[in-house]
Amino acid sequence: MIDAVGNPQALLVLGGTSEIALAVVRRYTAARKPRVVLAARPSPRRDAAVAELAAAGVPVTAVDFDARDVAGHPAALDKAFADGGIDVALVAFGVLGDAERAWQDPTAAVELAEVNYTGAVSVGVGLAERLREQGHGVIVALSSVAGERVRRSNFVYGSTKAGMDAFYLGLGEALRPHGVTVTVVRPGFVRTRMTEGLRPAPLSSTAEQVAEVVVHAVRDRRELVWAPAPLRLVMSALRHLPRAVFRRLPA
Amino acid sequence: MLTRLSGWGRTSPTVARVVSPRDVETLANVLEQSRERGVIARGLGRSYGDPAQNAGGVVLDMTRFDRIRRVEVDDGLVDVEAGVSLDALVRALLPLGLWPPVLPGTRQVTVGGAIAADVHGKGHHVVGSFGDHVRSLDLLTADGSVRTLTPDGDGSALFWATVGGMGLTGVVLRATLRVVPVETSYFVVDTERAGDLDDLLARQSADDDRYAESVSWFDATATGSRLGRGVLTRANHARLDDLPAKLRRDPLAFDAPRLFTVPDVLPSGLLNRATGRAFSELWYRRSPTRHGQVQNITEFLHPLDVVGEWNRGYGPRGFIQYQFAVPFAAVDVIRRAVRRIASSGHVSALNVLKRFGPGNRAPLSFPAPGWTLCVDLPVRPGLGELCDELDELVLDAGGRHYLAKESRTTAEAVRRGYPRFAEWRAVRASVDPDGVFASDMSRRLEL
Repeated sequence: MIDAVGNPQALLVLGGTSEIALAVVRRYTAARKPRVVLAARPSPRRDAAVAELAAAGVPVTAVDFDARDVAGHPAALDKAFADGGIDVALVAFGVLGDAERAWQDPTAAVELAEVNYTGAVSVGVGLAERLREQGHGVIVALSSVAGERVRRSNFVYGSTKAGMDAFYLGLGEALRPHGVTVTVVRPGFVRTRMTEGLRPAPLSSTAEQVAEVVVHAVRDRRELVWAPAPLRLVMSALRHLPRAVFRRLPA
Repeated sequence: MLTRLSGWGRTSPTVARVVSPRDVETLANVLEQSRERGVIARGLGRSYGDPAQNAGGVVLDMTRFDRIRRVEVDDGLVDVEAGVSLDALVRALLPLGLWPPVLPGTRQVTVGGAIAADVHGKGHHVVGSFGDHVRSLDLLTADGSVRTLTPDGDGSALFWATVGGMGLTGVVLRATLRVVPVETSYFVVDTERAGDLDDLLARQSADDDRYAESVSWFDATATGSRLGRGVLTRANHARLDDLPAKLRRDPLAFDAPRLFTVPDVLPSGLLNRATGRAFSELWYRRSPTRHGQVQNITEFLHPLDVVGEWNRGYGPRGFIQYQFAVPFAAVDVIRRAVRRIASSGHVSALNVLKRFGPGNRAPLSFPAPGWTLCVDLPVRPGLGELCDELDELVLDAGGRHYLAKESRTTAEAVRRGYPRFAEWRAVRASVDPDGVFASDMSRRLEL
């Protein structure tokens, strides 16, 4: 259960090596020791995350999970819920890809779509079913401002996030009567492994800053938040710019 | 029907199927059909946290069990169904010159809830808690049978596990309560203002035995030399002779109007440092020291009952009550807690300090000889950390938390605070081995 001040008893991370998600887990495990399930492909990075949490005294388990293997999702979720209910489930997997290759190479484009959109939809449906039965819980979907107004510079990625974002907003409406909250988080440029080598955009943030936003959003049962918060204003302006002006903005 | 439920503090809402049965057979059927996510009984929803909600499961709305079946005036006994509110009970008893000896800070709680939380009032140092006045109770247990339990003899272990057991041993259906005679419905109240916490603690410790009711409010926003300044209020039931002629014509009158109901449109954050200080200043100033004032039930016992749904004043983010008790020897914990809260930046306006008398035999009953302190704090960043810090202070001193108000501590804290927890757990396991009775609180605190 999530208590009155926002402490969960059990966390699930889908995309368990995501830096943002792990920053969220660290926030939640700093004072209390909730049960943590990290769902990700087996890798040294996953092992390191498990080892780090275990060393901090957190009861942690790893579950094999591949975003593109949608047929395997139900079994992975069954394993994730095997030890009891989940209070906060983070949908944190995603790939950025090479933006220029992505719109010219069908394989690259489809991979982005499969991971960021199809995979996210598949686990969203699976999580919804399980949290509905629980009558409580929060799904945190890590979306992106890139999906809010899709730009020429990374429009394949942006389009997958736009779809994912729309799906989770809708899922939130559907789950609301069942006591389940869906929190869509729209970070701007986050300086992580995923964006290594890219030039940080204005209002860039760190994984820790996004984690802070996530923790407060879960406590307040918010349905849509930006990280950092001022992006909300910036994006609401950008959203309404005429295309002719928008395309002239610096990439 | 799926219903979103939360406690009075409006935190952590979850969704459950609410059923409102009218008879025991229907209740037993619901039990039988709800084994998967369990069942919990709910009264008027005045517990602050999550003991009367059950995410994904069934919640039994008990308010239709609202009959007062019999009053034996000469023996001072009343036989009631569990959904009867203490408000209804007071209204029925007063014209007969009778009074329930234990009333908590609101009359809007049911008899079943009062037993499950073993509630206490301002008179605990004299009369004990609610469970001390229950002569027998009927409990529907997980196997569908109804047992009549008494404080002594066969079934007494289950009786005392039910008192303070947060509804997890079964559903209280009916109870026989001891009530006491009164001449009037008024109190003769002595009010004393104390300039700081030590003054307040000293005054409250002195001659408490002269008063049937005793409680302090303290200012949790004042710091420095005014830290913990407060107002001590103590009273005895007024006898006929105590009343002015005008009131003597109808000495048992009871008129408790609901003046207004707070609309559900207020934002979070209305109670902030500025408004909290202003309220505290006002509250302190309006209560100068005066003796022998005659006050009615609402004025003295239940000032908040005149405002409907006052919890809405805290906005959608809600608030928590932090209430703990520590032994008399650990009075320093009170000082440290007040200092910590006053300097925390978190603002509490409705703060209560009280001395408990002897506790009872219930393993999970909250009151034990010592001090109890209660603050209510709006939920905002950093509150969890402040409370975790206070937990350590309280538990290290042999103190404990009040489950009827609890909404954020840990399973471990309950085990430390209640040394007889294992004993209670064993009785619960013996009557409900599959855990049919379950609540969000029972899952959260592993009760």
